[in-house]
Amino acid sequence: MCAASRPVAGRDGLAVLDDEEIRRALSRIAHEILERTHGGDEVILLGIPTRGVPLAHRLAALIGEFEGREVPCGSLDITMHRDDLRLHPARALGRTDLPADGVDGKTVVLVDDVLYSGRTVRAALDALNDLGRPRAVQLAVLVDRGHRELPIRADYVGKNLPTSQREVVRVLLTEVDSHDAVLIGDSGGQS
Amino acid sequence: MKRHLISAADLTRADAVLILDTAEELAMLADRPIKKLPTLRGRTVVNLFYEDSTRTRISFEAAAKRLSADVINFSAKGSSVAKGESLKDTALTLEAMGADAVVIRHPASGAAHRLAEWVQGSVLNAGDGTHEHPTQALLDAFTIRRRLKGDGGGAAGRAGTRGAGLDGIRVTIVGDVLHSRVARSNVLLLSTLGAEVTLAAPPTLLPLAVGTWPCAVSYDLDTELPKSDVVMMLRVQQERMTAAYFPSVREYSRRYGLDAARMARLPEHAIVMHPGPMNRGVEIAAEVADSARSTIVEQVANGVTTRMAVLYLLLSGTEFPEVAQ
Repeated sequence: MCAASRPVAGRDGLAVLDDEEIRRALSRIAHEILERTHGGDEVILLGIPTRGVPLAHRLAALIGEFEGREVPCGSLDITMHRDDLRLHPARALGRTDLPADGVDGKTVVLVDDVLYSGRTVRAALDALNDLGRPRAVQLAVLVDRGHRELPIRADYVGKNLPTSQREVVRVLLTEVDSHDAVLIGDSGGQS
Repeated sequence: MKRHLISAADLTRADAVLILDTAEELAMLADRPIKKLPTLRGRTVVNLFYEDSTRTRISFEAAAKRLSADVINFSAKGSSVAKGESLKDTALTLEAMGADAVVIRHPASGAAHRLAEWVQGSVLNAGDGTHEHPTQALLDAFTIRRRLKGDGGGAAGRAGTRGAGLDGIRVTIVGDVLHSRVARSNVLLLSTLGAEVTLAAPPTLLPLAVGTWPCAVSYDLDTELPKSDVVMMLRVQQERMTAAYFPSVREYSRRYGLDAARMARLPEHAIVMHPGPMNRGVEIAAEVADSARSTIVEQVANGVTTRMAVLYLLLSGTEFPEVAQ
């Protein structure tokens, strides 16, 4: 991505969260995960590509900082489980990287950037089902923008963001986009 | 990517790299308890085989089944083809049954191309006469990239090979190039990916137009071996030979067969490939075929993942314009 096309607050929408706010939201989520899982025992963080993966790594680092314990962290690609494959040209696959112990008997926390229709999470649950049998599955998202099309909710939410379906929410992360921000814009139809 | 896969020449470098990257992700499926994905549920893949084949047919069947497609196997023996049905009529029958993809192997060069004009679905060429066998070239490229550009399949190797071509890798293809669809597809694909390909064969076993191919030609295997990162041995296809192309099998084997002494002339890291089925003792000695440098079994395993990648990319989307990132 060249510098000129890089999404910037102002031109590509209104900044809803800046880098400091994202950092605070993530550290709150990290604390909540520790609280809800009684210290993060047997917890695995699985990020959904693309931007869920760096978020999962950040959460794992924060939990490491707070509790001094290593939380296994990986990625879960859901492309092959999507329900809209026939509506788009074939997509390139992302990476699935599981911690060495697998997911059996663990509490898996799925991590994604934006929760919208819930279809990505449904696909992630299906993908997870083929990888083993976790004891429990929870969901952490940076932004919940509403408009669910499936009975799915998040356990940990960075920010609830009321939106209209015409709006576009973009999460930018340093690891992928060179800076941190959550933008809300007014065109297109993607999440 | 195009809708069909008829020739390795149809693939741009970006297409080929996308297929290899997809295959790399799919390769991990082999380590999972459930080796199946729901992606092509409800799609039908027909294996239309007019020629004998073990690994290609089984490989396509396994690939389609791992993606949850329904597979119909059709072999010319025991079908209406034995009663004289033409390829076109068979194709129209398959069309009426709603095949989303047809995998065809046929003894006539160009059969896949003709078939693509008659059916709606995707056509995948699984070998047409002495013309092309593009999925074999793709799995060979995948094997070479894994072995020589990565660390053989570990997590670090996978990350390292993503997006990579085969730039700078020297590949020597040895033997019966004239009758080999594998050789033609490999020359086209490997050169697209940036490899330097040399054909080493007796003059009688090189096609007339070899000068127009994107590769070098040599008649002397021994001078090529020390410069090769990959040696690909071709099967001597005696069933297609209609004339005497070399004086005797023994002489061929002495000049162009890969035995242990010749293998010792290869660089330390070089690998030995063979598309199978092998004639042990003719183009490749048994001790070479079973050595650690030989990737022959690996090629079969990689065949399934590579064909899964191709089926996924051709069949999963709507129409077949540019691939979304």
